[in-house]
Amino acid sequence: MEAFRVHSGLVVPLDRANVDTDLIIPKQFLKSIKRTGFGPNLFDELRYLDPFDQAAPSAVRQPNPEFSLNAPKYAGASILLSRENFGCGSSREHAVWALVQFGIRCVIAPSFADIFKNNAFKSGLLPLELDEAVVDSLFQQSADGDVVNLTIDLTSQQVTLPDGAQVNFTVDPFRRNCLLEGLDDIGITLQREDAITAFEQSHQRTQPWLFNEVNL
Amino acid sequence: MAGIDPQSYPQPVEWTQKSGSMLNSRSATLLVAGKSTMPVAVPIIAVGLSREFVMGRTLYDKLWDAHLVDQQDDGSALIYIDRHLIHEVTSPQAFEGLRLAGRSPRRLNANVAVPDHNVSTDPKERALGGYAGVADATSRIQLETLNGNCNDFNIPLIDLADQRQGIVHVMGPEQGATLPGMTIVCGDSHTSTHGAFGALAHGIGTSEVEHVLATQCLLTKKMDNFRVVLEGEAQSGVSAKDLALAVIGKIGTAGATGCALEFAGSAVRSLSMEGRMTLCNMAIEAGARAGMVAVDRVTLDYVKSRPMAPIGEQWEMAEEYWRTLHSDADAVFDRELIMDASAIEPQVTWGTSPEMVTSIEGTVPTIEEMCDETGKKSLERALGYMGLEQGMKLTDISVDMVFIGSCTNGRIEDMRAAAAVIRGHQKADNVERVLVVPGSGLVKAQAEAEGLDKVFKNAGMEWRAPGCSMCLAMNADKVESGKRCASTSNRNFEGRQGFGGRTHLVSPAMAAAAAVTGRFTHPAHLETL
Ligand code: SF4
Repeated sequence: MEAFRVHSGLVVPLDRANVDTDLIIPKQFLKSIKRTGFGPNLFDELRYLDPFDQAAPSAVRQPNPEFSLNAPKYAGASILLSRENFGCGSSREHAVWALVQFGIRCVIAPSFADIFKNNAFKSGLLPLELDEAVVDSLFQQSADGDVVNLTIDLTSQQVTLPDGAQVNFTVDPFRRNCLLEGLDDIGITLQREDAITAFEQSHQRTQPWLFNEVNL
Repeated sequence: MAGIDPQSYPQPVEWTQKSGSMLNSRSATLLVAGKSTMPVAVPIIAVGLSREFVMGRTLYDKLWDAHLVDQQDDGSALIYIDRHLIHEVTSPQAFEGLRLAGRSPRRLNANVAVPDHNVSTDPKERALGGYAGVADATSRIQLETLNGNCNDFNIPLIDLADQRQGIVHVMGPEQGATLPGMTIVCGDSHTSTHGAFGALAHGIGTSEVEHVLATQCLLTKKMDNFRVVLEGEAQSGVSAKDLALAVIGKIGTAGATGCALEFAGSAVRSLSMEGRMTLCNMAIEAGARAGMVAVDRVTLDYVKSRPMAPIGEQWEMAEEYWRTLHSDADAVFDRELIMDASAIEPQVTWGTSPEMVTSIEGTVPTIEEMCDETGKKSLERALGYMGLEQGMKLTDISVDMVFIGSCTNGRIEDMRAAAAVIRGHQKADNVERVLVVPGSGLVKAQAEAEGLDKVFKNAGMEWRAPGCSMCLAMNADKVESGKRCASTSNRNFEGRQGFGGRTHLVSPAMAAAAAVTGRFTHPAHLETL
């Protein structure tokens, strides 16, 4: 996983609440058995005017000029700004992969859905919860026509706003550490192999039926 | 048979130290019918004592404690996973990850795999048998990949051609792969369904699928306890789906984010296991990863004699433990919502989020009713997408399609409820298509044994093969752009049932009533038409 320490980037606004994972990456792209290649279809149904044609997957599509991610002024944006309950719905991690592969390193919203937030940390995407008032003012600045650049410092847990003001934030200490170091969860857990084995043995003693063989 | 000494259950590491800080932060917010009263402080008797002596535990606390392997100072915890359910869409990258790292699954018998999301439900295509018959090449590769991975790693698999194949959340309980007291995970958010058995069950992402395969554990954090109490007797024609939608309408789709939701109260206790599964299934639509219901006689009766349920002495031992799986009388919840179930009417969603819901007698809201800018914008966007007017009556909305199925409402009881409404009626002329999709091959066989398939077919409806189907429309079962569908599934997001498709979430009886009248109709009013 790519580590996340300090990131400076351009903010692209997506002004809606309850952005669900179906919207982030629609189901027709979940047939892939790969972990890559989702970037071009991020927000597919908002981003293009014509529906994706499975029979001609590489056909040139018609971008929706009204959609913020298509606006030239937001080209290269790496911070997505949205509203509350971002990432609700399906558990598909493909949503996180699509964002990351498009080039997004951080999503800012007043709140996130649990599973999305969890998934984000596993792929080096920072789900950054900021106060509604701060989110509002960032939307306001974007709407005023300015492009907004932010610097997000996970080490000090501070965001530097365009006017130089700094806003503090907090990230779960365990997740923060994993992001800072780019640590892989499985590696961390396997270090606790002894505890797992000890637990497993006592669990089997008290609930032996859980360990029956599965004969399908 | 030796009784179970409760002390012999695995106790969490550093139990007493951890309990102090949790106590300090504990207070309960009591919400009665949506109005928050002042937080009720819980008297702290003695910090540092085991919580067991201080106050009772909730069902979630008990399940958590019984699976806690290791708790870190930073709040992260490792919990042991008893059952891991696997399907074709969220697992290929996890198996690939295992391969790349040279790892193998830690405990094979903890896993059960089944293809469901991406299978065709066309009876003709399914009759071709096996994977060779799958018409869509990309889908075939994904299905074959699941098979290949299960073969390579020796994961127990229910094959596409197997009669027990079905939606993973229908198959698990049917087979007894879901048992009370278990921790159950699956790369699918509706894993909350299994909590109906007094289990801790929730959805995980693909990285976590890989993590569980490799370590049999999940790295997580304890959630808050939220109890939804539904008291009173539900009106006739009001099902578990209506109760679930009414709760979501009250607290919103993010209302239970960060919480484990326990459903309690007389209206919940009087539900069948099918109904409880429907309720817990929808917990995720209220933002809760996990939903659960305490174990009682109904649970035990359902589980007994399932193929994978324990038998003999093991059963007795298990039953004794399972009977303890309820919240203690003095357990304190972080949040609580009490609703009068007898006041809940059949529900219909009108928008693009499950919280955009009202009763069948209700109307689509107006802009003036929205309290803030975000709400106004959401309403405008939703109505634009749904092609509806502000203030219109729900009963004036006509439908083009009807979908009866999914892990929410694809069980035998749902098939019966729909057939009971449809019997003696015909599909309305304005309804183009009615798809009835049993949740599993066993549901299908049972429905056919009861002649339900004939009821649907005689009414001009399609009786399909089991799978997720039009719930997420990964395959050919789609709602076309601009078409309106009454659906027993769980998500009405934009495009969920197909690009531009318009979804209204309803119960099986409501979907059936819409199928025969061509518009939303209270099932109880059908007879008088
Ligand atoms: S029926 Fe729908 S919600 Fe349930 S598992 Fe399948 S796709 Fe997911």
